[in-house]
Amino acid sequence: MERVVVSMQDPDQGVKMRSQRLLVTVIPHAVTGRDVVQWLAQKFCVSEEEALHLGAVLVLHGYIYPLRDPRSLVLRPDDTPYRFQTPYFWTSTLWPAAELDYGERGDGWPQTSSQDRGPQVPQGRAELAPLQPAPVLPAIYLAKKNIQKQGALVDYEKECYDQLHKKISHAWDLVLMQAREQLRAAKQRRKGDRLVIACQEQTYWLVNRPPPGAPSVLEQGPERGSRTASHVHMTKSADFYKREIEYCRRALGRTRVKSSVCLEAYLSFCGQRGPHDPLVSGCLPSNPWISDDDAYWVMNAPMVAAPTKLRVERWGFSFRELLEDPMGRAQFMDFLGKEFSGENLSFWEACEELRYGAQAQVPTLVDAVYQQFLAPGAARWINIDSRTMERTLEGLRQPHHYVLDDAQLHIYTLMKKDSYPRFLKSDMYRGLLAEAGVLLDTKRRVFPFTRRPRRSSPSPALLPTPVEPTAASGPAGGNGVA
Amino acid sequence: MCDQTFLVNVFGSCDKCFKQRALRPVFKKSQQLSYCSTCAEIMATEGLRENETLASLKSEAESLKGKLEEERAKLHDVELHQVAERVEALGQFVMKTRRTLKGHGNKVLCMDWCKDKRRIVSSSQEHAVTMPCTWVMACAYAPSGCAIACGGLDNKCSVYPLTFDKNENMAAKKKSVAMHTNYLSACSFTNSDMQILTASGDGTCALWDVESGQLLQSFHGHGADVLCLDLAPSETGNTFVSGGCDKKAMVWDMRSGQCVQAFETHESDINSVRYYPSGDAFASGSDDATCRLYDLRADREVAIYSKESIIFGASSVDFSLSGRLLFAGYNDYTINVWDVLKGSRVSILFGHENRVSTLRVSPDGTAFCSGSWDHTLRVRDGGRWAF
Repeated sequence: MERVVVSMQDPDQGVKMRSQRLLVTVIPHAVTGRDVVQWLAQKFCVSEEEALHLGAVLVLHGYIYPLRDPRSLVLRPDDTPYRFQTPYFWTSTLWPAAELDYGERGDGWPQTSSQDRGPQVPQGRAELAPLQPAPVLPAIYLAKKNIQKQGALVDYEKECYDQLHKKISHAWDLVLMQAREQLRAAKQRRKGDRLVIACQEQTYWLVNRPPPGAPSVLEQGPERGSRTASHVHMTKSADFYKREIEYCRRALGRTRVKSSVCLEAYLSFCGQRGPHDPLVSGCLPSNPWISDDDAYWVMNAPMVAAPTKLRVERWGFSFRELLEDPMGRAQFMDFLGKEFSGENLSFWEACEELRYGAQAQVPTLVDAVYQQFLAPGAARWINIDSRTMERTLEGLRQPHHYVLDDAQLHIYTLMKKDSYPRFLKSDMYRGLLAEAGVLLDTKRRVFPFTRRPRRSSPSPALLPTPVEPTAASGPAGGNGVA
Repeated sequence: MCDQTFLVNVFGSCDKCFKQRALRPVFKKSQQLSYCSTCAEIMATEGLRENETLASLKSEAESLKGKLEEERAKLHDVELHQVAERVEALGQFVMKTRRTLKGHGNKVLCMDWCKDKRRIVSSSQEHAVTMPCTWVMACAYAPSGCAIACGGLDNKCSVYPLTFDKNENMAAKKKSVAMHTNYLSACSFTNSDMQILTASGDGTCALWDVESGQLLQSFHGHGADVLCLDLAPSETGNTFVSGGCDKKAMVWDMRSGQCVQAFETHESDINSVRYYPSGDAFASGSDDATCRLYDLRADREVAIYSKESIIFGASSVDFSLSGRLLFAGYNDYTINVWDVLKGSRVSILFGHENRVSTLRVSPDGTAFCSGSWDHTLRVRDGGRWAF
């Protein structure tokens, strides 16, 4: 943020500054809200809305303050005059003023470290001036205000003033004396300067001690270990380096793929899935969140009599997609049944159950799997090569979650390379594709006279790729209409 | 007169080779052992190697890392945006807020979708279910939809079975599953309700058995707090990625507990990691105001999503279903939508009045939900897009 603000104040390229007239006094080096927004929009090539937002954030953090209405830290994109806060008051310079108890903090801010309370701001301390510690500073500020306004402080300020008075009543004389001193010194300045300083201070305190109910921009969330310098994990011991070296050696031995290959893969993935992505291509009949019509969800429920065409297409994208969809898996199971290799899928499912199941179930599950699939002469004996079988049986003596991994991988690869492609070419799958209803756009029903509801006739849709481009783009094109 | 030094010979069995020899005292890490002279000499030379210590080990590590970078760079023949030039540009997105969920009395910190695509669990600074701590930073829905897990500053992850019976006290049925030594930053169920993966401020991740609360595997390697994790959508592997305050994103093998790959290109804490739908890559959002895409097969960072006007950190990222869009919530109260392939920003969304702390796309990709410190959750989607 500071980078932005500094560049804004650059005399040549920064925001245009001029002397502003505020009531009677003239304030030098002021900028208008509109100028700020425009400069930001131009510099970062963003829309006005975004520039306004960015500017507003800068104001909220106290880097720019309004001259006319100093109580509300809002950026108005018009003639309202603003000024840049002096670095002395920037939120990142942490001085003792930051770590105090001016007023009670509303939320129970958890203390996870023994360090000072208060906002944890990323930058380190930069003490620009020797200042008094603890609650004296805000006390002085409030006392000044009190004297100036002759006791007419705003509610919460009054409360805080009273609280502070109680806390440091012993030093109250000092506080009052300082306040009067500062006021007297200020009187000797020009009115313009006085106004500016008052606004600066006001902004600073608004940011650092927001009135109750207003969110504090300095809140950072629970403390993270990395900020404390003496975190145990940061010590670079010999062990740490040894692990790094070991990791590097392993990594050097790894096979890598050329970037071009990987990146092409993204293109084809996105291209293939684009039409299936509701946020990119919309969804038929309508997005339930927009139209409040559940039809889309009903049609795509996990188990449904007639799966949609898009869904059936997705089964052809990858074996994983097929298995992840309960309907797809059921269809595949049927298909395998016809080929008398259904036990493969059942075995795979049992292995998954073992991998992700409860620890207590492991022995029973392993036993059941053995009895059903692996034991010689088992009812649903799976066909894996002898070496894997030996290894698996050996491992079964000490069952754990991953003991069947080898066998599972073997069977999975078998299904993927062999049964899956045949499934995609099978009549069963093609039949499903052909039957899958072409979806109706609900809006179409409103104007029945413009279009007839479409039904996909057994068209030559033999390939698992969208064959009806015209039909598909028809309703999609219609979607462009509000 | 010369001083006479006496060598006391103690006979006994050597602590190292166990042979009966004359022994000498040897100090190893302030512990006194007795070695025979041969072992003592061996010890001395080994000690030399050990005492070469930090300096040489460090330089060896550095040089290996340098070699690793070289190897990675060799295979980097093209940039993503170059490859993506021939892809059609996406038009202007118009995303509208469809639902605004108000109900939390305080900042929303985390949320997760249920697999039924319609329900959401969210956690906040004060929780509806009585919890012993104020900041509940992680929550997750079980795949079956019958339970939720959450945790935060209480250093634990607890599982609550969901019940729609109003008479049941949810807190009574809670089961404490994970125990860490620092705050819990993220949690996720694996493919079933029985196992939970957690990430914690104590720098470790851990896999737990829900039923017994047993620690199945722990993952050490981060140099600082771990802030986020995501499970890989891969067909055979058990891997997950985690990101932490040490600016590293690490990919782990759940079975062995080893770190398989690590990426250290961010300049600040990594707040959020999410896998690309194909499982070959993952994106990360960080306090350095950038999101980056890392490819696992090429073993490197392949894209950076950043803009000069974005100066606040990204707190949460997620992909759309096809992986073409990357949604990222930032601490300046906005959400930026990036075109993953072209690297450009598609859209910026306003609406929240405080920082966006969490963002997830629904399981069927029809909408995404963002939770913020302004106490609300907003469900949004792309209504129309036009050129």
